[in-house]
Amino acid sequence: MEGDARYRREPIGTHPRLDSPAYASTAKRAPRHAPVRIGQSLSEITGPRPCESVAPGEADLTRWDGGAAMGERIIVAGCVLDEDGRGVPRTLIEIWQANAAGRYRHDNDRHDAPLDPHFSGVGRIMSEANGAYRFMTIKPGAYPWGNHHNAWRPQHIHLSVFGPAFATRLITQMYFPGDPLLALDPIFNSVPDAAARDRLVAAFDIELTEPGRALGYRFDIVLRGRAATPAVN
Amino acid sequence: MAPPRLTPVQTVGPFFGPALVRRELEQMVVAETRGTRITITGQICDGDGADVPDAMIEVWQANAEGRYDHPEDHQEKLLDPNFHGFGRFGTDANGRFRIVTIEPGAAPGPRTTLQAPHLNLSIFARGLLNRVVTRIYFPGVPLNETDEALNAVPADRRATLIATRDPAGALDSYRFDIFLQGARETVFFDI
Ligand SMILES: [Fe+2]
Repeated sequence: MEGDARYRREPIGTHPRLDSPAYASTAKRAPRHAPVRIGQSLSEITGPRPCESVAPGEADLTRWDGGAAMGERIIVAGCVLDEDGRGVPRTLIEIWQANAAGRYRHDNDRHDAPLDPHFSGVGRIMSEANGAYRFMTIKPGAYPWGNHHNAWRPQHIHLSVFGPAFATRLITQMYFPGDPLLALDPIFNSVPDAAARDRLVAAFDIELTEPGRALGYRFDIVLRGRAATPAVN
Repeated sequence: MAPPRLTPVQTVGPFFGPALVRRELEQMVVAETRGTRITITGQICDGDGADVPDAMIEVWQANAEGRYDHPEDHQEKLLDPNFHGFGRFGTDANGRFRIVTIEPGAAPGPRTTLQAPHLNLSIFARGLLNRVVTRIYFPGVPLNETDEALNAVPADRRATLIATRDPAGALDSYRFDIFLQGARETVFFDI
């Protein structure tokens, strides 16, 4: 592969086990066989780079359909980095979330909480040359789900990031500091390593906070880095 | 400063559709795209054989020459300005999907061997805490015999990775069902 380094193997304990019984939906959907390990080829070290024209307004979720969304305005910003701390430039970040009342604009969301006519809950941005990104949005509400008795998802924002390769594709959820529901959430707690879990919690940042307008939360997204030397599997 | 550490993944959940599934991302080919058109239809099923209506498939593939549209593919093969190799498909109410693309060419493998033509797939769904990664290969291709990824798979499970010609469909019409669990569980790869 002419010296293009492969991507590092992912440390055990960082990602959830697919088979996590506390999250009931895994029971019939998590594969039973261990995945078959293969060496990385061009198929994995290349990857999609969707670069649809993203309008600047798509990073601001606080106004939609001609009016202002209800709820607490927040800024969610950070960098897309690799494990060596290098910014990942010009990569597509897509987010989606519930509104301030904990309701998604989605046909299958049956939660008895109001929709907000001015909140779509969907945003997109391309990272800057240094990997930086910044969304303005509304703090999502917690919402109930049917996983177990009295189950509630902590407040969270879903994020999807491509990075430079098929191997770096990542979809995750960002949480908020101090949320008492975190300790009870089977999805958050599906991450075995406590330190890794903490990396899913954004940090309140007064520097990011806009006076008179919105609290700032910092959330860096760290994708797989390159292996030190091109490995021979 | 200590290097940053990997961000853990989380499930895509049930509500990704409005954010991620867009008509223009299902459009992998245009009239000018070079190569043989193929259609791959299939269904995603859970361990009970029930449809998975809230899943998303992402396709990544080489062009008809076997070159990926990416700066790290240095092969001296033609790039097709009308093909980028990426597609994203939500499953419908019955767990079905339909990929219209071109037959990929053969790209180099991890060593020097040529890989058999294949599509790389990421599958996301509620109940999947991480994506699962698989590949679609094509029947009757001699390179399948030497493909490293296929050969890493126990022989009795290899067939789960090879599309079948769709008897009901026209020529170049394939069927590829994905079983997340059960006796016919699809092979997934750790990359
Ligand atoms: Fe959610």
